[in-house]
Amino acid sequence: MKIVVIGNGMVGFKFCRKLVERKVPGLELVVFGEERLPAYDRVHLSSYFDGKSAADLLLAPKSWYTDNGVRLHLGDPVHHISPGLQTVTAKSGITEPYDILVFATGSSAFVPPMPGTDQKGVFVYRTLDDLDHMKTAARKARRAAVIGGGLLGLEAAKSCLDLGIADTTIVEYAPRLMPRQIDQNGSAILQQQLETLGLKIRTNAYTTAILGDGTATGVGFEDGSSIPADMIVISAGIRPRDELAASAGLETGSRGGIVVNDRMQTTHANIYAIGECALYQHIIYGLVAPGYEMADIAIDNILGGNRTFGGFDMSTKLKLVGVDVASFGDPFPPPDSCRVIVFEDQVAGVYKRINMTGDGQYLLGGILIGDASAYNMLLQKVKNKMKITGKPEDELLGARSTGEAAAGALGLPPDAMICSCESVSKSAICQAVEDGHETFNAVKKCTGASTSCGGCAPMVKDLITYTLKSQGKYVRNVLCEHFGYSRQELFDLIKIRSLHSYDEVLDSIGHGDGCEVCKPAVSSILASLWGDMILAKGNDTAQDSNDRYLANIQKGGTYSVVPRIPGGEITPQKLMAIGRIAEKYNLYTKITGGQRIDMFGAHVGDLPLIWEELIAEGFESGHAYGKALRTVKSCVGSTWCRFGLHDSVSYAIRVEERYRGLRAPHKIKSAVSGCIRECAEAQSKDFGIIATEKGWNLYVCGNGGSKPQHALLLAADLDSETCIQYIDRFLMFYIKTADPLTRTATWLNKMEGGIDYLRNVVVKDSLGIAGELEREMQALVDSYKCEWREVVETPALRKRFTHFVDAPEEKDPSVKFEQLREQKKAVEWK
Amino acid sequence: MSPITKEKTNWFFACKVEDVPANGGVCVKYKNEQIALFHFARRGEWYASQNLCPHRRQMALSRGMIGAQAGEPKVACPFHKKTFSLADGRCLSDEHECAIKVYPVKLEEDRIYIGVDGGKETSAVPA
Repeated sequence: MKIVVIGNGMVGFKFCRKLVERKVPGLELVVFGEERLPAYDRVHLSSYFDGKSAADLLLAPKSWYTDNGVRLHLGDPVHHISPGLQTVTAKSGITEPYDILVFATGSSAFVPPMPGTDQKGVFVYRTLDDLDHMKTAARKARRAAVIGGGLLGLEAAKSCLDLGIADTTIVEYAPRLMPRQIDQNGSAILQQQLETLGLKIRTNAYTTAILGDGTATGVGFEDGSSIPADMIVISAGIRPRDELAASAGLETGSRGGIVVNDRMQTTHANIYAIGECALYQHIIYGLVAPGYEMADIAIDNILGGNRTFGGFDMSTKLKLVGVDVASFGDPFPPPDSCRVIVFEDQVAGVYKRINMTGDGQYLLGGILIGDASAYNMLLQKVKNKMKITGKPEDELLGARSTGEAAAGALGLPPDAMICSCESVSKSAICQAVEDGHETFNAVKKCTGASTSCGGCAPMVKDLITYTLKSQGKYVRNVLCEHFGYSRQELFDLIKIRSLHSYDEVLDSIGHGDGCEVCKPAVSSILASLWGDMILAKGNDTAQDSNDRYLANIQKGGTYSVVPRIPGGEITPQKLMAIGRIAEKYNLYTKITGGQRIDMFGAHVGDLPLIWEELIAEGFESGHAYGKALRTVKSCVGSTWCRFGLHDSVSYAIRVEERYRGLRAPHKIKSAVSGCIRECAEAQSKDFGIIATEKGWNLYVCGNGGSKPQHALLLAADLDSETCIQYIDRFLMFYIKTADPLTRTATWLNKMEGGIDYLRNVVVKDSLGIAGELEREMQALVDSYKCEWREVVETPALRKRFTHFVDAPEEKDPSVKFEQLREQKKAVEWK
Repeated sequence: MSPITKEKTNWFFACKVEDVPANGGVCVKYKNEQIALFHFARRGEWYASQNLCPHRRQMALSRGMIGAQAGEPKVACPFHKKTFSLADGRCLSDEHECAIKVYPVKLEEDRIYIGVDGGKETSAVPA
């Protein structure tokens, strides 16, 4: 059998993947795609401006198609179909015969008929190409207008903010935002929330023209008024791509869409249509989940089954510029047939509404703004037609704590659909856990749940936890056998009890004699809390070995020495000093990735001597040995660079000197770039700063390493003081809440609510702790001392830097070096 | 206290109590050998083992962190955190790893002695 698919979007790809999984003998699968890239995640399109690359968004790499025998023609739209001959012909001239043809052509942005839409500066928000065009134009744009206040319009407005256009207006012709999903009161709360974030909103505004003469300058309205804008994004709805189907003689709807029956067949039995191009009972389903369901049903019928499509729930939950918005079931049924409960909190910006049957027995649907934590539970109750037990208002207010929500997830029937994108039931998830897939990622991989929109992730996690618990396997996130607490709990306890040494901590809140896991973790907490010299007060032997010797142990048992070179700026005199000292102690020298100089091969007994000389030359510890701030890398900046916007070197030095010596759950790296060219690679750092025309953009939670991850934009166009203030809060929040040896990227990945939550805490101070975080950081900054200076000046500490306790002058005779390119190297170990 | 002392043990003077950091280790030179000596101050105990970590043959155990696993005293190598029992020398974190040699320790006032075999040669220093 030969199947040709027209369209390689999300639904088209899902069709291919599901078909490949069926392993049909003799199947030939050919796909034509119009775009230059294979199918990508259009649902998370706006994350492209948030640091994700096109490659990150791909649903599968090109190799997937080859590996699975799928012939993929990209950038080659089908131009002609002959249903009689059963062939399709593409733009390139390729003609392919088919047994079965599948339309997955999706939709395009609907551009309302009005003058001026063909000008420079007018965009639609639909494809990665559209986004690339916007990205280029945004560099010069000062004001943006988004036409359409629906789901996509709000996404587009967020993207404008992400692109650095602070002056962005959303224009909606209806009296409220998201008119299809939420009611007037909910919309008012949403509008209020969006306005506090700086978005301007204009409802009841009927756009009649895009102003300008070749280049857009503004938007004109029916009432004669206008607003200025040099970037205009139209997201006024979608239009099904049905033109090819129509020209081939297939029936299409009067307002677009390829007419299909409940088996997804068009008016030609061997031609199917799925996704946003398909018109089922006069409805276009503009979401991805029903599209996936259609793909499933088409495959079933192509392979001789008889499953049918019975419409699809259009519930949706998303986070718009940090604001939860959800609408489920029937958000506004006719008032006379239902009873409604509404909760509104204008202070916190929360609006919740549920609709129940007239007898108050069943949920019909509802709306959640500002806090959609109850979404999954409520949706399940609607979908599974579960009877409301207890007081109806508990449905709205009761499921707020995670404990209850989880108990609720357990209370669902086994066939409840937890992940509607991938059709994964509760029983499938529980079964996967029982089969040994005991982590969220393992369950994702095994069942496919949460791999698409991710909305069900909290429920999946709850189900994993509770299934494990029911098997008696549930393990609490504790440090080790000596402490029954997580790092965060330990941090709070040590602070409250004002404990200052490892032994005090172990005696008051631990048991046993400690180990190599809890010792460095507790030492790190003590350092982050009190800023005491880490080798003081009997804490020396509770430090990780590198911290105990204030140097990194290397092959052969010698150490490396890294003095701090803030921002990578160094005088010729200091360079010569390093050269002289390295030569004197026979050290191998190398420039590090963090713009400083590493000296290797130092005997432990030489460390105090080397540091004594370095300190005399004006150097201080670089903390390369600690879970601490490492370097703040910088580009050359505006002092020399012809592109530089600000003096990135001076700012990097300021930042590095502020946070030097700061102990954290893991190492912290940073960088400052003087312009968007990003030579300092700030977006790969735990926190990175990039100059903009108006100030600094602050990115957080990136890292290189084994799992590289780009940092995400936390806040834009900050002045130098505010930027430091946010970094203070961010770092202190990380230090207080992360698990041991967790980099900021992993910390964020595990954080419920992700970057939006973090932004709320750091920028909007949603937890009311910003002042405390700043004070704590300032105390650490004020208590900074160079550890090496203290060792060099304190004989009792210095005494520990020997190899043999009974022969302090002797070096370790087992240390051997070899020659390589005029320097030494450690002898290779076995 | 430390493991059982055998009949024909030679005791050599290692160092004084004050030379060893509480709950940490030092390296003692005995002839051509390197011996790691640990003061487990929390438990009032002393332990000694070879200084060489058998994993990558590095002279490093004396610089490792000590602790306990289900009550059994242990040391973690600073290189790759392999842990070894200080009671009998077996590797606790990797059953395929070689065991380390442990030595008895005794205290006379503030002087610490390590016991080594009487006659036969002990394991050599790596090349």
